[in-house]
Amino acid sequence: MSISLNHISKAYNGISAVQDISFDVNPGELFGIIGPDGAGKTTLFRILTTLLLADTGTVVVAGMDVVEDYIAIRKSVGYMPGRFSLYQDLTVEENLQFFATIFGTTLEKNYDLIKEIYEQIAPFKTRRAGKLSGGMKQKLALCCALIHKPKVLFLDEPTTGVDPVSRKEFWDMLKRLQAKGITILVSTPYMDEAALCDRVALMQGGHILEIDSPQHIVENYPKVIYEIGAKEKHKLIQVLRDFPNLYSVYPFGEFVHYTDKRTDLAIPELENFLKSKGLSNIYIGLTEPTIEDVFMELAKK
Amino acid sequence: MSEEKVIKVVELTKKFGEFLAVDAISFEVKAGEIFGFLGANGAGKTTAMKMLIGISKPSSGEASVAGFDVNTQTELIKKNIGYMSQKFALYDDLTVRENITFFGGIYGLTRSTVKEKIKVLVADLKLGKIIDQQVGALPLGWKQKLSFSVSLLHDPKIVFLDEPTGGVDPITRRQFWEMIYNAADKGTTIFVTTHYMDEAEYCDRVSIMVNGKIEAMDRPKRLKEQYGASNLNEVFLKLARKSNPE
Repeated sequence: MSISLNHISKAYNGISAVQDISFDVNPGELFGIIGPDGAGKTTLFRILTTLLLADTGTVVVAGMDVVEDYIAIRKSVGYMPGRFSLYQDLTVEENLQFFATIFGTTLEKNYDLIKEIYEQIAPFKTRRAGKLSGGMKQKLALCCALIHKPKVLFLDEPTTGVDPVSRKEFWDMLKRLQAKGITILVSTPYMDEAALCDRVALMQGGHILEIDSPQHIVENYPKVIYEIGAKEKHKLIQVLRDFPNLYSVYPFGEFVHYTDKRTDLAIPELENFLKSKGLSNIYIGLTEPTIEDVFMELAKK
Repeated sequence: MSEEKVIKVVELTKKFGEFLAVDAISFEVKAGEIFGFLGANGAGKTTAMKMLIGISKPSSGEASVAGFDVNTQTELIKKNIGYMSQKFALYDDLTVRENITFFGGIYGLTRSTVKEKIKVLVADLKLGKIIDQQVGALPLGWKQKLSFSVSLLHDPKIVFLDEPTGGVDPITRRQFWEMIYNAADKGTTIFVTTHYMDEAEYCDRVSIMVNGKIEAMDRPKRLKEQYGASNLNEVFLKLARKSNPE
């Protein structure tokens, strides 16, 4: 195992941040921790990177114990925290050289690993890190986290607040790093990014709701989901709440996702109900569940 | 939705030195409309929004917001709009009641009006249990809902929401959008930015900014048809791909 957590719990001033978390990440795996703010993602990352002691439980990273072997672990993992934490007053180049020196290596030695990312920021190598755009800062932080060729890479919410185009580019980059044999643990609040991981842990409020491959997670969704559209969208949601056999209704893009308490919903019955309530341009069809449907169902319990 | 235009923007431009951050954008937003203002990081959204809420002076062009001129009446704009962002919310070490009272005072509401507003909010949001708790101890979703309600305290014609749902869980995110729908049903105009493209589809109309210009603006459904895309994420990727952020 590249990463193995056993019954990890951590509380701050009596308030639980994560509770009894156990999971393993296989070597070479791209593993995602998916959850909103307050799920406990950052607490887990800080425990895994030896920056925080768990109250209970044990963690092994790259074959080493996070408490006993913390110095050795720091040399063999890369960590990109959620908040930009490089030296703002140093230039791009100086930051890289600094981190290379700290880790006893040079920019040249592992250049092949960061080449593709570094080339995108090379035109700004004499600019101070604090003056870079958000996307450039992120690329520099990733270069610094990779400079010592880590076995395991920890990325805490690398795409939060990032637009869809840059998010896509970032994930393409992660796939290529994975292909070079690096184990990657990445967290995100964006449910759609779960599909890009080999396996994911869905987290909320310090608990794991589910761990599996994204395919299995959606396959195991127990209900049939209908996507429903109408001209009056807000009213559609309100009206569906009054439908006697409603199980759940959530807006999803252009449509709403509806599930029924029964297994034998007759579409005309629902359609007539909606018409009788004065809705127009009604569309009812079947759709596949997404990770977000599953997350909401699990979070409800 | 009435035909009254709550935002009118004509050739609005902002230059920083030689750099055209916002390049002669023009658009209108109707009363009660939910208008999504989208764009990649660095496309000029924030700069444009700052001009519309009266905290940044345009280099050229004109705009009126809630009936006031962004070039000459910025103080009146600030009094007549609501604003909420993920970064600026409520005071953590004040209670919910104290926050509402404080912002009510800032907006110039009388004590009796503030008391009345608190009553309504307690009933609508079921705040009974938390009204005298410090905001800092509340979950993020609660803070965001409260923050939105506070931005509406003075019954503004329009409210600007800057990435209001970042980091919030999917259920709370949807509850938040229902609050947006409710406000729009009552005639409040909503101007919202988001990086969640499924949320963008909840808007009546969206605009997509690329390199300081508005490259596309229409109903989400029409944009999807126009770009042959199954969702707005695809539309966004097709449009914003053309840009070179640096």
